[in-house]
Amino acid sequence: MLKKKLATLLAVTMVAASIVGCGGSNGNSAETNNATDTTDESESPAADDSESPAADDSESPAADDSESPADDSASSGGTIKVGIINNDPSESGYRTANDADLKATFSAENGYDASFAYSMKNDEQINAAQKFIQDGVDYLLISAADTSGWDTVLQDAKDNGIHVILFDRTIDASEDLYDASIVSDMAKEGQMAVDWLTEQGLDTYNIIHIQGVMGSAAQVGRTGALQDAVDANDNWNIVVQQTAEWNAEKAQQIVQSVIDSGEEFNVIYAENDDMAKGAVAALDAANISHGVGKDVIIMGFDTNKWALEELLAGNWNYDGQCNPFQSSYISNVIQELEAGNTLSEKTIIMDEKGFDAETITQEDVDTYGI
Amino acid sequence: MSKTNNETSFFKKLVGQQFFIPILVLLVLVVFNLIADPSFFKIAFGTNNAGNPVLSGSLITILDNGSELAILAIGMTLVTAASGGQDISVGAAVAIAGSTLLRVLCGSNSRPDELQAPIIVAFLVSVVVAMLFGAFNGVLVAYFKIQPMIATLILYTAGRSIAAWINNNELPIVPGETFTYFGGFIPGIPIPTPVFIAIACIIIIALVLKFTNLGLYTQAVGINESASKLNGLNPALIKVASFVILGVCVAVVGLIKVSRISTINYSVVAKDIEMDAILAVALGGNSLAGGKFNMAASIIGAYIIQFLTTTLYKYKVPADALPAYKAVVVIILVVISSPTVKDWFSNLTKKLKVKEVA
Repeated sequence: MLKKKLATLLAVTMVAASIVGCGGSNGNSAETNNATDTTDESESPAADDSESPAADDSESPAADDSESPADDSASSGGTIKVGIINNDPSESGYRTANDADLKATFSAENGYDASFAYSMKNDEQINAAQKFIQDGVDYLLISAADTSGWDTVLQDAKDNGIHVILFDRTIDASEDLYDASIVSDMAKEGQMAVDWLTEQGLDTYNIIHIQGVMGSAAQVGRTGALQDAVDANDNWNIVVQQTAEWNAEKAQQIVQSVIDSGEEFNVIYAENDDMAKGAVAALDAANISHGVGKDVIIMGFDTNKWALEELLAGNWNYDGQCNPFQSSYISNVIQELEAGNTLSEKTIIMDEKGFDAETITQEDVDTYGI
Repeated sequence: MSKTNNETSFFKKLVGQQFFIPILVLLVLVVFNLIADPSFFKIAFGTNNAGNPVLSGSLITILDNGSELAILAIGMTLVTAASGGQDISVGAAVAIAGSTLLRVLCGSNSRPDELQAPIIVAFLVSVVVAMLFGAFNGVLVAYFKIQPMIATLILYTAGRSIAAWINNNELPIVPGETFTYFGGFIPGIPIPTPVFIAIACIIIIALVLKFTNLGLYTQAVGINESASKLNGLNPALIKVASFVILGVCVAVVGLIKVSRISTINYSVVAKDIEMDAILAVALGGNSLAGGKFNMAASIIGAYIIQFLTTTLYKYKVPADALPAYKAVVVIILVVISSPTVKDWFSNLTKKLKVKEVA
């Protein structure tokens, strides 16, 4: 009796679990879901909850811009069909903000019929691109998971008269194959951070350098600037240079091991906010003071809202922006192309800021926090 | 003559002991650190930024960071013994458990000013969720006879997206100090809390194994499923039970992981921890094909892996090279425990004996 009951229970459990599984995998796989779809509508407000203040504020000029082409095309009868291929929003806070921003701009109200495909795998992204081409989109927006392998599919797009706009990430393909590329200059982000660090005028710089996933554009750019400064200055030393793979816990362990070994350090240069947070957790446990006017300078990247709040509280010193709000730039490009103009430049580098804990304001936190 | 014989058999016994490999590896690590830098073993007493007393030092770090792995090793040992396979979805399941915990704690708002539910309630909900996912894996393995690694591949692939979906892709941050106690320090107690949590789990599983038939039944199913069936056991149920117990371990690990940083990153939390957990079981000298197991050896195996990790960090081996070093350990272990090498060893000892007799 009992066994039978148990078996039934387990069967029910399993079915329930598999339903949950389907629900979850829907959002992630390379399946395409239409933004105008009601289910997506219900998703986006949820995502908007936390992101909208930031996204809306910085977007408002952009939203105005993007409305005009929408109106044009609406009057000429029909919406602009865009296929957006992005990395999974759960990848990071950056991606979540990026996705929310795109969804807000390429909405039905703004005259777009947008379809989204998410994957962190290149081959799945390419499949999604092929599907969008078959669906006959007008614009293909791509944030590629990997830089290579895109030539064929982009050629297909070109042959079908589809405009291709790359955002956030570049790819290794001939420039003829895409119309525009809207990117962050990671090296410049790193250089801004290093310039700021130089201005602090410390006698010696003993730096714990926590890197992102090796080989990623963000890691290469942000590491390069620091490495150059260390090579150029005798009083800049790297205590340890480790990759924590964007992982807070690994960063915590790395800093912990330096503390345990008793080596001196006065700067933590973490290539994203999560890792800076992990590093700070290790400092807190060892009673090492950090922040404005304290023993250790904390530097992070990506301007997560919570990170900027740490800056505002003086617990961290510097945070570099990696601008996730590309949609305004993209809609500008679309507007130009729809008007029949040619673009003055193919590669558009976004404006990015670096925030200093001593000058940051609540307004900055609200505007630029993601 | 008889004396040498005794010695050989003593040596053979020693090598034959299941604890031999883990203890040997541990000794190698300890001796290496002693020679290279004795300060590795220094434990300092200080205070943290909140002014509470804390102990620090590499050994404390090992005990602290090894906790999660030790807890997972408990569940992984049972799953390995019962099903003769491994659960590769534990990392993803930790993400799900942690995400559930945050969801309950923070409610629908990802940045609440205060906790929306008591921590214990949130933890119990995450335990239930983790057990359900464990049961899902278990049913696939036990009733549908899918190979454990394939069955758990489903959750391995989908788990992190499910975790993200639970929180609408947001990254909630838990407010307040209380929640950080589980992955940090309780004020006034200088030892990291994860150490206590791990000890509690170890004591519980030790008591369970001593006072119930779980260990016996698990081994019986693992050694010979049909024989255990003929003896009145229900192999499928026991297999599912092992996966459910692993689910409980996963939830506890989720609590520690999330508490360490008060938030979660779905794509990196507990990344690759399943491989370390399996390695811990293997390091403990347990057969990965199931059957007999030694829980204590697995747990020691888990701490050895953390010992190795901390040592490599200390000597500034790049973190992305760590898996390579672990791979070397795995290769050596697998080769040592392979039948070919075992036969070769026994032949060698036989030959030696013959020579001695002659």
